[in-house]
Amino acid sequence: MTLSGWMLILVFIGLIIACARPVGAVLFRLYDDRPLPLEAGLYHLIGAGPREQSWIGYAAAVLAFNVAGIALLFTILKLQNVLPLNPQGFGGMDSWLAFNTAVSFVTNTNWQNYGGETTLSHFSQMAGLTVQNFLSAATGIAVAFAFIRAFARQGGGTGVATIGNFWTDVTRVTLYLLLPACMVLTIAYVAMGVPQTLTASVNATTVEGARQTIALGPVASQLAIKMLGTNGGGFFNVNSAHPFENPTALSNLLQMLTIFVLGAGLTLTFGKAVGNLRQGWTILAAMLALFLVGVTVIYWAEAAGNPVHHALGLAGGNMEGKEVRFGLAATALFAAVTTAASCGAVIGMHDSLVPLGGLVTMFNMQLGEVIVGGVGAGFYGILIYAILSVFVAGLMVGRTPEYVGKKIEAREMKLAVIAIAILPLFILGLTAIATVAAPGLAGPLAKGPHGFSEILYAYSSAVANNGSAFGGLTGNTPFYNITLAIGMFVGRFGAILPALAIAGGLAGKKKLPDGPGSFPTTGVLWIGLLAAIILIVGGLTFLPSLALGPIADHFQVAAGTLN
Amino acid sequence: MLTEIRTAIRPAISLLLLLTLITGIAYPLAMTGVAQVLMPAQANGSLIREGDRVIGSKLIGQNFAAPGYFHPRPSAAGENGYDASASAASNLAPGSQDLRNRIANAIPATGSTSNVPPALVTTSASGLDPHISPEAAFAQIARVVQARGIPGTRVEALVRAETETPLLGFIGERRVNVLLLNRQLDRISANPPR
Repeated sequence: MTLSGWMLILVFIGLIIACARPVGAVLFRLYDDRPLPLEAGLYHLIGAGPREQSWIGYAAAVLAFNVAGIALLFTILKLQNVLPLNPQGFGGMDSWLAFNTAVSFVTNTNWQNYGGETTLSHFSQMAGLTVQNFLSAATGIAVAFAFIRAFARQGGGTGVATIGNFWTDVTRVTLYLLLPACMVLTIAYVAMGVPQTLTASVNATTVEGARQTIALGPVASQLAIKMLGTNGGGFFNVNSAHPFENPTALSNLLQMLTIFVLGAGLTLTFGKAVGNLRQGWTILAAMLALFLVGVTVIYWAEAAGNPVHHALGLAGGNMEGKEVRFGLAATALFAAVTTAASCGAVIGMHDSLVPLGGLVTMFNMQLGEVIVGGVGAGFYGILIYAILSVFVAGLMVGRTPEYVGKKIEAREMKLAVIAIAILPLFILGLTAIATVAAPGLAGPLAKGPHGFSEILYAYSSAVANNGSAFGGLTGNTPFYNITLAIGMFVGRFGAILPALAIAGGLAGKKKLPDGPGSFPTTGVLWIGLLAAIILIVGGLTFLPSLALGPIADHFQVAAGTLN
Repeated sequence: MLTEIRTAIRPAISLLLLLTLITGIAYPLAMTGVAQVLMPAQANGSLIREGDRVIGSKLIGQNFAAPGYFHPRPSAAGENGYDASASAASNLAPGSQDLRNRIANAIPATGSTSNVPPALVTTSASGLDPHISPEAAFAQIARVVQARGIPGTRVEALVRAETETPLLGFIGERRVNVLLLNRQLDRISANPPR
């Protein structure tokens, strides 16, 4: 580890803290009921008034919009051979792969069982994938808005209440925030060297006289939303490790910042909406504390390097699967950011991380993507943990559990447990199936514990809607295309539906004033409790599987046992 | 729930199509237009030309095998490495026998048996890494000097001049762009013997 490496990490965290409040204020303007210019005409055009929806109405809108998105994206991918902007003449995508890819991009996962530059037409990348990069991000933020309303609104106590309107939330976030921000980011990325062209490739004759075909495309416009929307699906096969998708250390810093910035800002939107910014800062502090632990372990493990290779005479940290321009610190930081935030873009190959580095990336996802998390999803995810935490605190001290003035009762607890239990149930369940079924066992590249890690990582990534991979796994088979798609779908909507149901219930509850009997949900004690609950629930559930994978792998590598 | 879903179908489809037109067609095309007008060099891949011949991109690594050139990192992209139409990594595990063998086989050619700079024997994440570390460049100077028959001090000075440093001291790493370095090399001593 170096001083400059730590400076990068600390400056990054500092910039996120500095951006959180202004970004939170921008998001608050979209969350707020006051009309925005031109929007009335838009709602008239799509045939949906800005009237309030019950949680069921909101959930129905989310499902209809996303299922329609899957159908449209599947169709585009299947038919790309007859659609325009296909300069390389790629064929239509195989059905299972198209199904997997459609579910993947609509659920904000962006798991990719294909290499972009060898599979997809420009039309598929633009009108197919870029669109869902925007819409899945907007869906996540919309659900987060609905969840914030549940706490911000003074309910009538009748148990029936509305939580906003999905169509206005999703339209506002897409057109008034993501689109203009991405236009600026696109220009910035192009200035740093990211291509933006409709040409497919150029042929070069290298200095030594060989022929090199250099793939190009409309990369920058997709890259901008891929990071800002925590989508993570690369234009190229190797994602943001590709020099065209991340040319410099500065473009890399910008990418990391844009992964975190909306998720961090949402915590302050929440604080502003409930009239107490400290509630928001506290959530952000808990997130960043967990984040700092993760990034420290990865950086330490990667800088310590690989003892097997040291024995051969190799110096220093682990550079297999990393780029020289990023080095160890930035790659460790990016690996922590992308897995904590459900982004899934990579600048170094996670499969080649030393076992303890790989462990942290997996664990970040298994905690439910609540350390900043996917845009929106991370926010309602951590609030569900907050509900669980006030309940546990209530049990310990004998107080009625309340969070931000809303009583937490049996209905909320049941739904919160469902939302949390979906994750281990499907990650471990699908991993278990894949490790006994022949088509599952055919997937991993590595043998031994690391092979198990490749499978465990895949389902952790899918169900948590991350999208990064231990890339050695051969995922483009019917078995993995189907099971991963199931994991992604259930992981996404198995969290959104309970979250909206909780929101609907809480929105109707009377807001209680803070009294001497209420448990304080700001401050260091609460940060510690929340972080502990997240770690204990996540840790205990996944520890046995991690012991079989990365932990066993670590001891094997330390002992020089190779597979 | 069924009534709610039925009322959601029309707005779902019309909003999806509207936003597809805006974010999937208008946005990338408009951005392409702006980028092509304002920054055509970057927007088209930062290509390096010699006359009307494209010899590569300054962002994309390419193969160098002749002893008179500095060599890039090993590459997992394509059959022969540095296939810029199919980026790829090795994805080999830290405890992989194949990876250990590959590194062990590559070490003799580096000329050293201890403190081997990692960039000389590890594959990059993209398979297209344009850079090596300054240490990896210095380790190759003896070979380049011998092949070209030019003074070592000149080559050393060239490597130092081509070494890029981190922005503000902490954003990025010290690195040398192999293609740019070799082009400078060709400028001071043309046509290296193969």
